[in-house]
Amino acid sequence: MDQINWHTFFFLLSALGACTFALMVVFTSNIVRMAFFLVLSLTSTAGLFFLAGADFVGAMQIMIYVGGTMVLLVFGVMLTAQERFVSLKTSGGTWSLAALAGGALLAVLLQTAFSVDDWKAGDTAQAGQSQTTATRIGLGLLGARFDEGTSGYLLPFEIVSIHLLVVLIGAAYLARAKRRAKPSADNPADRSD
Amino acid sequence: MAEFFTTNLIEYVSLSEAWATPLGYILAAMIHIALLLNVVAVGALGFIWLERKVAGRIQDRLGPTRVGGRFGWLQTLADGLKLITKEDLMPAAADPFLFRVAPYVAFCASFAAYLALPFATGWVGQHLNVAVFFILAVLGIEVFGVILAGYGSASKWSLFGAMREAAQVVSYEVPLGLCVIVPVMIAGTMDLIAIGDMQAGMVWNWFIFHDPFTFITFWVFFTCATASVNRAPFDLAEAESELVAGFHTEYSGLRWSFFFMAEYGSMFLVSVLAAILFFGGWNGPIPITEIIGLNETNGALAGYVGNLLGMTNLIIKASLGVTVMIWVRWSFPRLRIDQVITTCLKYCTPIAAMMFLGAALWILYLPGGLWATLRLSDPLGHTREAAPDQQAAAMPADGERE
Repeated sequence: MDQINWHTFFFLLSALGACTFALMVVFTSNIVRMAFFLVLSLTSTAGLFFLAGADFVGAMQIMIYVGGTMVLLVFGVMLTAQERFVSLKTSGGTWSLAALAGGALLAVLLQTAFSVDDWKAGDTAQAGQSQTTATRIGLGLLGARFDEGTSGYLLPFEIVSIHLLVVLIGAAYLARAKRRAKPSADNPADRSD
Repeated sequence: MAEFFTTNLIEYVSLSEAWATPLGYILAAMIHIALLLNVVAVGALGFIWLERKVAGRIQDRLGPTRVGGRFGWLQTLADGLKLITKEDLMPAAADPFLFRVAPYVAFCASFAAYLALPFATGWVGQHLNVAVFFILAVLGIEVFGVILAGYGSASKWSLFGAMREAAQVVSYEVPLGLCVIVPVMIAGTMDLIAIGDMQAGMVWNWFIFHDPFTFITFWVFFTCATASVNRAPFDLAEAESELVAGFHTEYSGLRWSFFFMAEYGSMFLVSVLAAILFFGGWNGPIPITEIIGLNETNGALAGYVGNLLGMTNLIIKASLGVTVMIWVRWSFPRLRIDQVITTCLKYCTPIAAMMFLGAALWILYLPGGLWATLRLSDPLGHTREAAPDQQAAAMPADGERE
């Protein structure tokens, strides 16, 4: 052994973290602790992206999943955390159904992952090398992939942008202060909001 | 650095390569960690002392005067010793695991963001191509520690404080992201070292003087940064008059001090970020190190001294930023929660969006003037096409609003 393979070491560390914390999400009954372990699991996944040299995707993973989703989840958890929901008890039937669905997905993914020959090569020379991915991603989203000479993803990007805009406007519409033109006294439903 | 240690270990300590390689890596990692940890911890010591002195002067007092000589400069150390000896209390109804882990989450998030923060050309823990984005993302995790603290304490005050902080930080991430995009768009990269190096030269190369839009953007950025690190007048999460001490009501001793290390760490972090994005980073108002030739071309020692001066320059700028934050804290009254959210949604976000559009049009039609000739590096060699990267940088802001 002339050199420890640090990429393998950190890959195993991150992968172990992601799997362990994912399992702890499943086996914890307290809902806020679940959210905490989910954050740790997602952060470990971001570590895998950094290890693969995909800095932008890794940072995006932290920003969106860990930052956004977690804070939103915690909001939801706290606003709904009534006494009876603080500790979730899962019935045996739900467990077996979840195990079936999860196991089936795991089997499919494992089968897929080990069936691609390119992924078995074990070329770790490039691992951990920070690459200039942000510019390429940006150009690709604007419809130009100079590295492969193909057209990019302008249409999906625009569709997603419009979709997000619609969601934003919808959220603002739903959350706005409701003002009635004529608050009628005979309709109790009007007064209740 | 790891290779340096490895070769030296083999040569002078006569270790075998199998042992020298991991030891070299571990030594290099330890040195990086120790340096960064010292920046955070010693910085917090210094800034807490500074805060007490500035607060004293603003309120016509002297502040600390006794501990450690005339200016009381060892006061924070004495406070720290006191905090270590205090009893570690935990409410009986608290969630023990979350209560204990929350201070570390806050501190780790604040500290992890320093990994990608450069202090001079090449002086950075880990050179990331998307450093700005990484720092903002990691800094966003800090609020998670606060929420866990608020929930884990099993106290109404703590929970209210945490919920306020969550609402505030999530809201202010949007205008903060929009403000950061402007210098990123001008530079055409998210690499902080490249952004800093592009502003080399005289003072008018700084991005704050690039065009009128960046000038306004800086002030919006500073407001949002103050809010996102939870400083007065945006310190609702620990409003003493209403919530006892907010999210850290139930904390005492060393755990409490971790929250404060995280707060001062983030303050310094956003100040360094502001200095790099808008005030030229390690490049002074007058390029003295360039004029007298302290750079890599004149040998490693000259480059080292030049970098050292640049780092001093950056730290002075960032400390000025922290001082302004302290000044603001002791001058303005605390805002109400509705005023905080109004400031964000009705003022900061629209202004930041307008500045973003204005700066985009500016670099499209007036690409720089003085600027274009002094441009040092460009990722793809397109002077006029900063648009792709700008779109890539705009994406996180879209994602946040999801």
